[in-house]
Amino acid sequence: MNNILNQIGIENYIFLCVILFCIGVFGVLYRRNAIIVFMSIEIMLNAVNLLFVAFSTYHQDAQGQVFVFFSMAVAAAEVAVGLAILVSIFRNSGTIDVANLKNLKG
Amino acid sequence: MNTLIAITGLGVLCLLFEILNLRKAIVPMTIIGLLAILGLTVSEFNTSGSFYNNMIVVNKFSMAFSSLFIVLTIFLVGLSHNFYEDHQSKLSDFIAIKIFLLSGAVAMVSFGNLAMFFLGIEVLSISLYVLAASNRMNLKSNEAGMKYFLMGSFASGIILFGICLIYGAMGSFDVVEISELSRSAELPIWFPIGIAMVTIGMLFKIAAVPFHFWAPDVYEGSPALTTATMSTLAKVVAMATLYKLLSVMNANISYAFQIIIVVLSIASMTVGNIMALRQTNVKRMLAFSGISHAGFMLMALLSLSTSASDLLYYASTYSLAGIAAFSVILYVCKNRDNEDIVNFHGLGKTNPLLAAVLTGALLSMAGIPIFSGFFAKLVLFNQTIEAGYLVVVIVAVINSIISVGYYFKLILAMYTKEPNEERAGTPFFIYAVAVVSIALNVVLGLFPSLVLDLLG
Repeated sequence: MNNILNQIGIENYIFLCVILFCIGVFGVLYRRNAIIVFMSIEIMLNAVNLLFVAFSTYHQDAQGQVFVFFSMAVAAAEVAVGLAILVSIFRNSGTIDVANLKNLKG
Repeated sequence: MNTLIAITGLGVLCLLFEILNLRKAIVPMTIIGLLAILGLTVSEFNTSGSFYNNMIVVNKFSMAFSSLFIVLTIFLVGLSHNFYEDHQSKLSDFIAIKIFLLSGAVAMVSFGNLAMFFLGIEVLSISLYVLAASNRMNLKSNEAGMKYFLMGSFASGIILFGICLIYGAMGSFDVVEISELSRSAELPIWFPIGIAMVTIGMLFKIAAVPFHFWAPDVYEGSPALTTATMSTLAKVVAMATLYKLLSVMNANISYAFQIIIVVLSIASMTVGNIMALRQTNVKRMLAFSGISHAGFMLMALLSLSTSASDLLYYASTYSLAGIAAFSVILYVCKNRDNEDIVNFHGLGKTNPLLAAVLTGALLSMAGIPIFSGFFAKLVLFNQTIEAGYLVVVIVAVINSIISVGYYFKLILAMYTKEPNEERAGTPFFIYAVAVVSIALNVVLGLFPSLVLDLLG
């Protein structure tokens, strides 16, 4: 396993994860459908999880992989709450377009 | 450590009360439980130690801030009795969520490992997402919850990436090991990038400029009690955590980083105050006022090694004044659909006591003597001048003067305008919370050494 990491190089893992993370960031910033925004947030978190595992192998240290479990559990709880909020928005306004959330401004 | 376990136990107990049909006892029992936990925390104040492989490190800093958070939660739970009158069947859920929020807050200031820090911030944020959207029939509340959720989870992603880069650079999540390694000469470039990303994520939570845009909308749309929670408890927690993170992880912050803090602090104060001048909604006004106070509190980061007690003092005065102000807002705006200044017209005649409390709270936020806000600003400015940042202090003083403008707008509305309708009812809990919190505020102003010597 470590051998493969040496052949590929840790830098390439970092570049891959940064690209994935940026895809997630741009998805959050530019997409209007709430479900796609949620997916983009998941992409951000999973990019980080991938990097945790890569670093864990790089350091020969299991802590990073354990952290991934924490962050996966937390991400699941977070999305559950987010979807619940989305359901109540859909009940009240009949749309899940984030751009329609314009009642609050001043 | 015992504090954290006791708080979590109390949260579970709260849910059990509902099953055992003791709904009427929930608020008093929770307050008694929290008072007991406060006593436990104070009695263990001087003990320090680490638990579970350094996952949790207890010291004076964490104990002092935990006590402050527990006091704030007692006030917030006290206010819930009146606020959730129409939602009795969900009372235990709301209170339990607030208690779990407190456990996240305590975990955030007593972390010894970045995993604990991340779990703490997530427990705090997820509870707040639920509370922000808790008025589920109201589209405004839904919208506030959604906006807070999107911004919060975006910030969590950034914090997580920062933690990951720090781990990549150091090979450990333990803050003691990280701080030892960070003194060595050669560090991968990932380490400063990681620190910067964690800082940015925390600035989102604190609502400092330029990461503040979510705050006014979310504060306005959320139920008023949740706004009180966010603007007092959550802001103070995030600030204390950012302070602890930076002071633990890189003992000597670089010059460039300090310049960034200076710029952010000045920008937060100025933008917050100038935007607050043109608000007519009181919750929105207090949101911008909170942004400017975040700017003031960021000044504590300029002298990291010595300003812990100053930050504690500023945080306690600001949050006590906030609680007092929000308890009056809860009373005035109950059963109204908005929180415009019009609702406050003539409060000085119809209810002199609460009008006096709100006046005191606003004067404390503006920094007028007798109220402790003045002394908090004084010690903070003093510290910052000693650290050699005169410019920040000059801007801060000018901003304090500007802030008097919008605080007095509300005070004048209470005393000079004619009342538009009578308000009936004297809810005991609201009076108690308002009077006790403003009294604590004044006591802190008269005896600043009570707090300032704690972390000595």
